[in-house]
Amino acid sequence: MKSLEELRKIKERALERRSLAGAGARARITVAMGTCGIAAGARDTMKAILDEMERRQISDVVVTQTGCLGLCEYEPLVQIQVGESDIVTYGKIDASRVSTLIEKHLVNDEPVAEWQVQTG
Amino acid sequence: MTAFRELSQHILDIFENGAKAGATLISLEIEEDFVIDLLAITLHDNGSGMDAETLARITDPWVTSRTTRKVGLGIPFFKQIAEMCNGDFEIISQLGEGTITRAIFQHSHIDRPPMGDLVGTLTCMIVGYDASADVAYRHRVRPTDEVWHEFTFDTREVRAILGDEVPLSSPEVLAFLREMLQEGLLSLTAEPQG
Repeated sequence: MKSLEELRKIKERALERRSLAGAGARARITVAMGTCGIAAGARDTMKAILDEMERRQISDVVVTQTGCLGLCEYEPLVQIQVGESDIVTYGKIDASRVSTLIEKHLVNDEPVAEWQVQTG
Repeated sequence: MTAFRELSQHILDIFENGAKAGATLISLEIEEDFVIDLLAITLHDNGSGMDAETLARITDPWVTSRTTRKVGLGIPFFKQIAEMCNGDFEIISQLGEGTITRAIFQHSHIDRPPMGDLVGTLTCMIVGYDASADVAYRHRVRPTDEVWHEFTFDTREVRAILGDEVPLSSPEVLAFLREMLQEGLLSLTAEPQG
């Protein structure tokens, strides 16, 4: 059974890696988790994003949630902001698209034009 | 007309309401009592709450405080399902104090949706508002008379160990927490030892 004691060791590891990566988040990913988003599978999208962060050992990207963005027909919606650049909104990002999205936008720094939606 | 297939999706939906209401602590309590055939789900947030007028209309699908979309569907859905399952639904709220949402189901009711991916919902709850809201989770199961299994999880305890430098959403911490939650939930359904 996992105990909170084990967390202390994990904390050391996390701190070590964060000091290697340098301070501060370089990007932010936001998943829209309103009723419409949840119904469209946003929870699985979020899980896929977290799995991808873990798989690629990315710790300088903040993953967070927000409510309905008013584009319910394009759910699940995911927004990516690298540094201080403009927020890019992607529509219909189900779990199967997550790996490609992260590889292209966050790893290669090439936003995926065909999945973008315009926010009002 | 139901949009969700799993009760855990409803839980996440109600959680989001609390987070959006500026809550700094949201607690989830799940009670599964097989002796009296009851499933109770309670969410309690310390967010901004609602006044009596809003509260009275909140279960109406044509009411929402949201400005981005005109129809609020989450709460009416949840209420409808609870009532379909021989259960009950109530919201208690006070402006400035927070909101309690409680749904009760006949556990064995044929129309009761499965709990589904509860670990997924908890993961979203932990990560989604890591910087602003803590999550307290308590899950009790009574399989037979006199035996209660209980699992609790509180992000405040985790944060006390991690300190300010390591967020709960860092990959290695999250992997650990998800495993811990999975084990905890499994221990609730396992046969009692001895």
